[in-house]
Amino acid sequence: MTAPVPPSDGADLLDRQTAAGSLHAAGQWALIWHKFRRHKVAYASLILVGLIYLVALFAEALAPSDPGKFDPRYTFAPPQAISLFAPDGAGGTRFVPHVTGFDITLDQQSFRRVFVPDPDQIIPIGLFVRGDPYRMWGLFDTDLHLIGPLDPGQPMFLLGADRLGRDLLSRIIHGTRVSMSIGLVGVGLSLFIGMVLGGVSGYYGGLTDRAIQRVIEFIRSIPTIPLWLGLAAAMPKEWPPLQVYFAILVILSLVGWTEIARVVRGRFLSLRTEDFVIAARLDGVSEYRLIMTHMMPSLYSHIIAAITLAIPNMILAETALSFLGLGLQPPIVSWGVLLQDTQNLRAITQAPWLFAPGVVVVVAVLALNFLGDGLRDAADPYEK
Amino acid sequence: MTDILLKVRHLSVDFPLQKDIVHAVRDVSFDLRRGETLCVVGESGSGKSVTARAVMQLVAEPGRIVAGQVHLAGPDGDTDIVALGNRGAAIRAIRGRRIAMIFQEPMTSLSPVHTIGQQIIEMIRLHEKIDKADARRRAAQLLDRVRIPDPEAALDRYAFEFSGGMRQRAMIAMALSCNPEILIADEPTTALDVTTQAEILALIRGLQQERGMAVLFITHDMGVVAQIADRVLVMYQGRMIEEAGVFDLFAKPREAYTRALLGSVLKLESPGPRPVRPQTEQAVMAISDLCLHFPLGQRARAGGSVKAVDGVSLTINTGETVGIVGESGSGKTTLGRTLLRIYPPTSGQVTYTRDDGSKVDIATLSKTQMKALYGEVRMVFQDPHASLNPRMTIARIIAEPLRINTALSDREIRDRVGQLLERVGMPTDIGDRYPHAFSGGQRQRIAIARAIALRPRLIVADEPTSALDVSLRHQVLDLMRDLQTDYGLSYLFISHDIAVVRYFCDRVAVMKNGRIVEIGDVAQICEHPGHPYTKALIGAVPRPDPTLRPDVQIRVQA
Repeated sequence: MTAPVPPSDGADLLDRQTAAGSLHAAGQWALIWHKFRRHKVAYASLILVGLIYLVALFAEALAPSDPGKFDPRYTFAPPQAISLFAPDGAGGTRFVPHVTGFDITLDQQSFRRVFVPDPDQIIPIGLFVRGDPYRMWGLFDTDLHLIGPLDPGQPMFLLGADRLGRDLLSRIIHGTRVSMSIGLVGVGLSLFIGMVLGGVSGYYGGLTDRAIQRVIEFIRSIPTIPLWLGLAAAMPKEWPPLQVYFAILVILSLVGWTEIARVVRGRFLSLRTEDFVIAARLDGVSEYRLIMTHMMPSLYSHIIAAITLAIPNMILAETALSFLGLGLQPPIVSWGVLLQDTQNLRAITQAPWLFAPGVVVVVAVLALNFLGDGLRDAADPYEK
Repeated sequence: MTDILLKVRHLSVDFPLQKDIVHAVRDVSFDLRRGETLCVVGESGSGKSVTARAVMQLVAEPGRIVAGQVHLAGPDGDTDIVALGNRGAAIRAIRGRRIAMIFQEPMTSLSPVHTIGQQIIEMIRLHEKIDKADARRRAAQLLDRVRIPDPEAALDRYAFEFSGGMRQRAMIAMALSCNPEILIADEPTTALDVTTQAEILALIRGLQQERGMAVLFITHDMGVVAQIADRVLVMYQGRMIEEAGVFDLFAKPREAYTRALLGSVLKLESPGPRPVRPQTEQAVMAISDLCLHFPLGQRARAGGSVKAVDGVSLTINTGETVGIVGESGSGKTTLGRTLLRIYPPTSGQVTYTRDDGSKVDIATLSKTQMKALYGEVRMVFQDPHASLNPRMTIARIIAEPLRINTALSDREIRDRVGQLLERVGMPTDIGDRYPHAFSGGQRQRIAIARAIALRPRLIVADEPTSALDVSLRHQVLDLMRDLQTDYGLSYLFISHDIAVVRYFCDRVAVMKNGRIVEIGDVAQICEHPGHPYTKALIGAVPRPDPTLRPDVQIRVQA
């Protein structure tokens, strides 16, 4: 047994720590990231959420066609599968990425179009093809699409078509922009109200705190769906879609801020009595500086987690309202608007692919929830 | 049947982390005999608790026992506990029934929603098939055995109705309910006051002699070791450093680490070098009849209140260190905080004499007037993990008071921070690191650097050493004393640890229930305490000298 070095408080310990390297000069974000990465599901969700927002950002270029482009010939056309090889006519196969066209017949009894895939109709598709023209971010005109048929006139419905023969995939991609941004912007608005009221409530306490808390409890006790319905019904019908969009945002935020206000208040209450906050006060730090530089940084990570958990609620609320026809209205495309098509029996029996927007909602909401969970766990890297 | 109950052989426990593996316990072997107390002693992070938990197969995730055996002797041969795994009927039959454990925190190890009786009865009936009435009778006997008054009534009470010491007794009663052969006690007295600690130690010792139990006692306190151990196992960084009988270990420690550990303990056993007091004292702060009452919720209207500080008068002279000792709840911390107006006092005066001789009454100052004093009267907190903002770099933390209270430029502030770090014995190039990079002792040095940044005249130090390992305590105290000589500082030194106060203070005031019961020169109070409470407090401190044990004394007299 060798005698170890007696524990010392001096330079050798520091040297060892420096040799161990890594996180000693790491700030809170580096530590949060370090802890977050260990949460595998949340990490995967982060990537997924990132992808979803990329889709929202580049919707026009990613969508194969214009979301409003309709073709009565292809009413309720089923999804087409992509194949990479086609017979070359000489008995062999050649590499042609394509979808197969349809043999369309009209069922004389039900007056329904019957689509039968016709392997002889090969519709070649490609990446970065010319298609419907659009204006990217309102900056420049182009007609380049990531994926699409080489001949813009030919049909390609990777997720099928709706009752007007519009491409569902394109519509979902465009809906992503509206639905995901309503979550983000709506939470931004509730964050502002929530931080101010929650901060005031937690920092000053006493009567102010009690008043704000009672308001929060009152708002939370109102059943949300009837409240939204009432507010949405109060919107004049003649408002342009964009104005409706912002009105919906405000309505959602008016309820959404309460959760964030509670998180912020709770953190302020516990931070107020922390030794390091008292120490800062004894340094003579002014109240403003105390809040902004000593207390706020401890809140950021918690707030981000709260936001991430609030976005899915916003998305769900928007989807529900739009589904009921009280939220956004066509021609604005959102996931909820798309789901309006599934309200009748015909959709279920004839065109089950119309539920695809619902699947997308589930995926997006789950990913955001997992991400929020992971962030909440990693939010305080100094906890033991 | 052999005398050896528990044979631990080459036990190793690893905690795999993200990138590397922490070897919490490395190749530890020892024997535990019937009727003996084996103390495992070490500083924080030495692996002593993990060793104890490994014996019970209770190592917390992600820790794993990677090697070794734990043989428990039984009537039909040895059982290897490690081979049993950490779940299943076999290990559960051993836990609680043959090996029982008590934990450090009696507050959290008892269920708050069940009565004490329900918890003990459940424990008995888990391991023995007897009916409820019998089990209840047994439980009452057990509570009586651990000297809980009125055991029948106590059975129907909840944990929160008990004090910390009573809860620990109830825990012990529960641990004893199935007559275990081995009791593992993991720092059972660390969270308790010193007088309660003495009672619990006496209780464990008495029960052990009565039942011939083997006790594996985990502690960091050499005083407790000296009081209770038969044999001692010293651990450091997961390794066994030394194993010896308690008298041998204290008389002639073999290993350098043990010597260093004992050295730092013994250093605190005698008063440290103190500067000589001048003939005429000059008061820097005079507290007179200070009161702080907290109103009690609903009863406030009826005049009910907690008298946290109840008529305290005390004078702190220039360059003097005044200690405040008392048990938890005596109001010592509240007193320190009231002096800085963290809590506004209910009544009384705190007369502070400024550098220029003018006097101000802190008790009645306004917020802005108080701000001017923050540079002169500073505070050092107990827990350096909580008092340094984890989200700020060391340089920013120390610079904060300079930035607020002085007109120094950024460059001057940076130089000053470097000087301060050097002054407290830290390298000057660590400014861009965060507090989490440092050990407790280092953090406390940083906290001291922040406190002296503005050249204060008085520092209120609230238990600055109690969160630190014993080998670091006297280093921090010596640093504080050096600063005192350099800057002519005065300290109000709040502590529950008599040894630290005797080492560091000139005068000491003993507090109980918000009042000062005795005040005087440190040597006089420690050697010849006048008040019965002071006598009890000092008598209960476990001395790191096994020859002073009550049972040894009795043997010597006989």
